Amino acid sequence: MSDIVIQVENLSKYYRLGLVGTGTLSHDLNRAWAKLRGKPDPTLKIGQEDNNDGNGHIWALQDISFEVTQGEVLGIIGRNGAGKSTLLKILSRVTAPTSGECRVKGRIASLLEVGTGFHPELTGRENIFLNGAILGMTKKEIKQKFDKIVAFAEVEKFIDTPVKRYSSGMYVRLAFAVAAHLDPEILVVDEVLAVGDAAFQKKCLGKMGDVAREGRTVLFVSHNMGAVQRLCIRGVLLDNGYIVKNGNVQEVITSYLHEPQHLNTRHAIFDDDLHQLACILEVELICPGKDCYAILDISDQLEIHIKYAVHRNATGVNIALSLSRDGTVLFNSFDIDTDPGLFESRRAGIYSAQISLPHRLFKAGCYSVSIGIGYPNIAIIDSKPDAISFALAEISEDTTIKSYSKSRPGELLLSLNWNSTLKRSITQ
Amino acid sequence: MNQNLNTNWDLIIRPKSGWFDLHLSDLWRYRDLTMLFVWRDFVAQYKQTILGPLWYLIQPLFSTIVFTVVFGRVAKIPTDGLPPFLFYMAGVTCWSYFAECLTRTSGTFITNAGLFGKVYFPRLTVPLSIVISNILKFGIQFLFFIGFIAYFMINGAHIRPNYWIFLMPYLLLLMAGLGLGAGIIISALTTKYRDLQQLVTFGVQLLMYATPIVYPLSVVPDKYKWLVLLNPMAPIVETFRYAFLGSGSLSVTYLLYSTITTLILLLLGVILFNQVEKTFMDTV
Repeated sequence: MSDIVIQVENLSKYYRLGLVGTGTLSHDLNRAWAKLRGKPDPTLKIGQEDNNDGNGHIWALQDISFEVTQGEVLGIIGRNGAGKSTLLKILSRVTAPTSGECRVKGRIASLLEVGTGFHPELTGRENIFLNGAILGMTKKEIKQKFDKIVAFAEVEKFIDTPVKRYSSGMYVRLAFAVAAHLDPEILVVDEVLAVGDAAFQKKCLGKMGDVAREGRTVLFVSHNMGAVQRLCIRGVLLDNGYIVKNGNVQEVITSYLHEPQHLNTRHAIFDDDLHQLACILEVELICPGKDCYAILDISDQLEIHIKYAVHRNATGVNIALSLSRDGTVLFNSFDIDTDPGLFESRRAGIYSAQISLPHRLFKAGCYSVSIGIGYPNIAIIDSKPDAISFALAEISEDTTIKSYSKSRPGELLLSLNWNSTLKRSITQ
Repeated sequence: MNQNLNTNWDLIIRPKSGWFDLHLSDLWRYRDLTMLFVWRDFVAQYKQTILGPLWYLIQPLFSTIVFTVVFGRVAKIPTDGLPPFLFYMAGVTCWSYFAECLTRTSGTFITNAGLFGKVYFPRLTVPLSIVISNILKFGIQFLFFIGFIAYFMINGAHIRPNYWIFLMPYLLLLMAGLGLGAGIIISALTTKYRDLQQLVTFGVQLLMYATPIVYPLSVVPDKYKWLVLLNPMAPIVETFRYAFLGSGSLSVTYLLYSTITTLILLLLGVILFNQVEKTFMDTV
């Protein structure tokens, strides 16, 4: 029989959207008095409006109950502000819940706190002890693991150098090494882990895998569905402070991806104006083979369909499309680029254009499409800035160590063929 | 699920525990951390300074010299017939320990917000480590003071250290308790009202003049004596001076009063601190 190591029962957390110092003094004193008595109190946390009860109060978590059994790897997913961080904060005892209870068996450690409490003036050796103690190890434990930590971090040569002289890579490695050797019964990993270079990320994920294999319990929070799917068996979906779904990770991810928030405006219809020479009527994003509610993946084939009206025969007119990600224009495309005949003359009528976007070129992010009609370099006839918008996510694969992961520099997703061959092997 | 309710959980996270559920056993479990904090304070403070720990001696020495000149020579405040230098040094040594404990512990939540927001450990380890690391500092300054006593005695000054010096550890404990108690009360309140932080530095300075540091209790008119003695530090400083220099006002009643005040402040402080540490991350 599997043991339950974490039992969360009717857990709620209440925040008050604070207006610091804008109230009256008596109001403030009242609040201070409430706080003196240990009442849950004023805060500055900004969250979803949906669960704002109208008086500037919000429930970051509402009546959460779940259990985690020994050796389970549980993925916690949800949009920003869904309550994931609050849940982790409560579990790691940084803040207290408003009501409800969590019962935990064993030591909880979080891999999100890499380097917490490092003192720049102290040497690597001194910081290992300090950081280890902050994370809950005793001096004796740290002494036992000291050599392993140093070896893992590969900083033997610099162990007696103040960490302020370390390169950032060494710093992160040392910090992670301490956290990784905590040997907790329960490990909490936030996606903050996705910082650092590829090798470091791989080490982190590898360590997580090891931990899970050793039969320890892992709570994993991430937006990278590929990683969640690969590491977790069970998932919990949070939305607005509620548990929306709890079960098989595949099902949980599916319902997360079908949340209406992910739809954006993929289809826009505009009014016709007969006084104009030409008008944009409709812009739509189509993903063949997927319904209009599905979340889009970076590997999906995307098409933009545009319908426009030309009211009188025209010359010298073009239709322009520009695609931006997070506000930055990635490219412009004109219909006359490939069809110069349309520039010479465009007969009155209703037109439709279908543009296939290059396959696997765009990284994860929020995209918007602007459409315009005009005389190039002269005048705009009609323009629909940000007519449609959509999001691309990294769902179908775990991109943590891929070059086109969202967190890596570079604007485009390119999977290039490297044609690597082994020229000569070296015997070791 | 119910069968699990009775199993032994290592940790139960609840909204709010009772007023007196202070988790002091946790503090003991994290004793290594407290000591590492002490050691960090000690090591890190004077790294990359030229004089290093010598600063521990420079601070009281210069304060004493300034006090001797300003209050002794210029203002000519009597010193109970003691050499003014030793008189002021006794006061400065005690006061700087108390003041340092108070000001530094009062910033616990604000200065460590980053750390506290990320990982749990008993928050009391921080103020406790401050008080302990200051004991080291006090120890050095105290030895320095003893050195001066010896020097003055050899030169025939009229000083009579007496058996009351055995009360020294107790006096130190009282000062630590007072500084810690008042400091953590302020630290708990500053999570909301930053004004208090400003008030502390300057309040401590004012408080020094309400304590017989630069004047002996004996020169205070009887009418106002009670006002000075309301300050729990006053009897401690007077006792300290009496024990080492043999002159001053000494009263067991007053000392008892200081003890009780210290205990009350400390208890109140720990309770407040424990209440605040659970939710302060939401307000800082």
